[in-house]
Amino acid sequence: MADGRPAILVEGLTKSFGEVHALRGIDLSVPHGTVLGVLGPNGAGKTTAVRILTTLLEPDGGHAEVDGYDVVREAAAVRRSIGLAGQSAAIQEELTGRENLEIIGRLYHLSWPQARSRATELLEQFDLTDAADRAAKTYSGGMQRRLDLAASLVGKPRVLFLDEPTTGLDPRSRLGMWDIIRTLVARGTTILLTTQYLDEADELADEIVVIDHGLVIAAGTAEELKGRAGGDVVEFTVPDRSRVGDAAAAVATLGEPHADPETGVVSVGVGGRGSDALVDAVRALDAAGLVTRGLALRRPSLDDVFLTLTGHAAEEEELGKEAGEVGGGRRRGARRRERAAS
Amino acid sequence: MTAIAERTAPAGPGLGVQARWAVTDTLTITRRNLLVWMRVPAYLVFTVVQPVIFVLMFRYVFGGAIRVVGVPGGYVNYLMPGIIAQTAAFACFGTAIALAQELKKGVIDRLRSMPMARSAVLTGRLLADTLRMLVTILIVLAVGYAVGFRFSNGVVPAIAMVALAVLFGLAIACISAFTGLAIGDEESVQAFGLIWIFPLTFLSSAFVQISTMPGWLQAFANNQPVTYTVNAMRALALGHLPVWDNLWKSLAWLAAIFIVFIPLSVRAYKRASSR
Repeated sequence: MADGRPAILVEGLTKSFGEVHALRGIDLSVPHGTVLGVLGPNGAGKTTAVRILTTLLEPDGGHAEVDGYDVVREAAAVRRSIGLAGQSAAIQEELTGRENLEIIGRLYHLSWPQARSRATELLEQFDLTDAADRAAKTYSGGMQRRLDLAASLVGKPRVLFLDEPTTGLDPRSRLGMWDIIRTLVARGTTILLTTQYLDEADELADEIVVIDHGLVIAAGTAEELKGRAGGDVVEFTVPDRSRVGDAAAAVATLGEPHADPETGVVSVGVGGRGSDALVDAVRALDAAGLVTRGLALRRPSLDDVFLTLTGHAAEEEELGKEAGEVGGGRRRGARRRERAAS
Repeated sequence: MTAIAERTAPAGPGLGVQARWAVTDTLTITRRNLLVWMRVPAYLVFTVVQPVIFVLMFRYVFGGAIRVVGVPGGYVNYLMPGIIAQTAAFACFGTAIALAQELKKGVIDRLRSMPMARSAVLTGRLLADTLRMLVTILIVLAVGYAVGFRFSNGVVPAIAMVALAVLFGLAIACISAFTGLAIGDEESVQAFGLIWIFPLTFLSSAFVQISTMPGWLQAFANNQPVTYTVNAMRALALGHLPVWDNLWKSLAWLAAIFIVFIPLSVRAYKRASSR
C-alpha cells in the first residue's frame, strides 16, 4: 500500500514473557524500498520484534503495521505482504530443493504449474539449479540458507524480514548472501535485517537501530552512529599478553581504553585530537617500556559505537549468555577471533 | 489513529475461498509429510518392519508357550488384533517427534507467517499419519494372513475392526501430539513416549489373556482402554464373543481421550508456536 505510509511502522511496542521484558517500548519507521539494520546482542529483543511484525506473536502494547496493515487486526493481509527467513534454515531437509519451493508455492495458493515455474525461477536466481533435485540435507550450510531465503520469496513479498541471515555462515557464503540481499533491495523490496555483526549492518543497511535490553538505544545512518562514538580511535596490539593491562593503564590519560586480554588489542577513543593523541600514546607506551605492534589512528567502526552505547562489546555478552550452547558458542567464538585477527 | 480507522480493510478472500484453502492446504501438508515419510528409511523401518518382526516373534517364538482358551483358530487369531492395535499406537509415535522437530527448526514459524490456513499444519499431519497408519495395518494384516490368521466373522466386521484400530491410533496420536508440543525436544519426547506406550499395550489383553496375570495386575489390565479396544477388535474379527460390551467401553474411552487431548493439543500448539 504505497499511500505515503512507511513499509514498517512501529510505535511503543512492548512484549513480556513472564518476568522477562523482551521489548520495553520500541519505535521504528522504515520507508519503502530501504533496508533497516536492527543491531543488538542476543536477547536484546530483535527476534521478538521480528516475530511480532511477522504475526507470529501478539504484542502486549503499542502499535505495529507492515505494508499499511495492522499486525494484529489485519494479520491475514500482513501475511500476504511479507516474507520471513529465520536464523535456522526452515526447510524440510528430506525433500529436494525443488519440492520445498513447490510446496511453499502451493501454500501460497499458486496452481501446480505456477508453483513449478516459480520454483524453477527461484532455483535459478539462487544458483541452486544443479542441486535442485537433491535432498536439501545434502546441501552445504550456505546452500541451505539460500534455499531458505528463496522459500521466503515465493510469495513475492513487498516487505522481507531477515532474522540474522548470515549467523553461522562461512565468510564466502556470507558475502554471497550480501550480494543477494543487495539485488533484492535494487528491485524495490523493503528489508528489515537483524544482525549481531556490525560490519553487516554497515554494509547493507540504509538506517540502523541499536537495540539493547528491549529498548532502541540509538538510531541513524552508519556514519551518524560512528560520529557518536566520539571521533577517532587509537588502536594497537600488545604481543606480550600479560602486559595488556599495563598498556591500557598507560593510555588511560587519552580516553577510556578498552582492552581484550585474549587478542592483546587495546583501543581508546580520543575524540577530535587525532594525530596529537597518537603522539601522546607513543610517548606514554614508550615511557612504560611497552612493546606494541600496529599502532595506528583509525576512524571508528560500528564495533566502537556499540561499545560506547552499551558499555559492552556486541559479541561478549552473547558469548557469556550462550555458554550452555556449546556448538554455537564455539563457532561464534572462532568467528570473533578470526575477525579480531584480520 | 483516525487514518487507520478510515482506511478500507484489505479485500480478503471470502469465506468460501477460505474453506477451500483450508482443504487444499491440508492436502498440501499431507502430501509433504507423506513424501518425508517415504524418504526416510528409518521411518519405514519403524512403522513397517518392526510390527512385522513382532508378528513373527509372537507367532513362532512366544506363541508356542502361550495358551489361550476359547479362541477359534488358536493363538495366531488371538494375537493379530492385539498386534494391529499396537501397530496403530506405535505408528503415531512419529507425530510427537515430528512436531517437536518442526517447532525447533522454525518450519512452523515459516508456515504461520504465510497466508495459508493455520489449522492445516495440524490437520495435514493427522491426515498423513492416518494414511500411513492404514498402510502399516494392511501390511501387518497381510503378514498375519501368511502366518495363519483368518477373519472368521465376515467382511463388514473386519473393516470395522480396522476402522476401530485407526480410531484408536488417532487417539494415541492426539496424546502424542500434546506431549510432543508440550515437551518440545525430540529426545525427551521419544523417551517419554516409550514410558507410557509400552506398559499400556503390554499390560492389556493384546498379547496374553489377562486371567494369566497376577491379581493386582488384572485390576489394571481389565479396565484400561487398550484392553477394551483389543477385545472389541478381536470380537469383530472372530465373532467368538459379543461385540457391544467391549465396543461401547472402548468408544467411550476413545471419546474421552479426544475430548481431553484435542483441546490440549491445540492449546499446546498455539502456545509452543508463539514463544
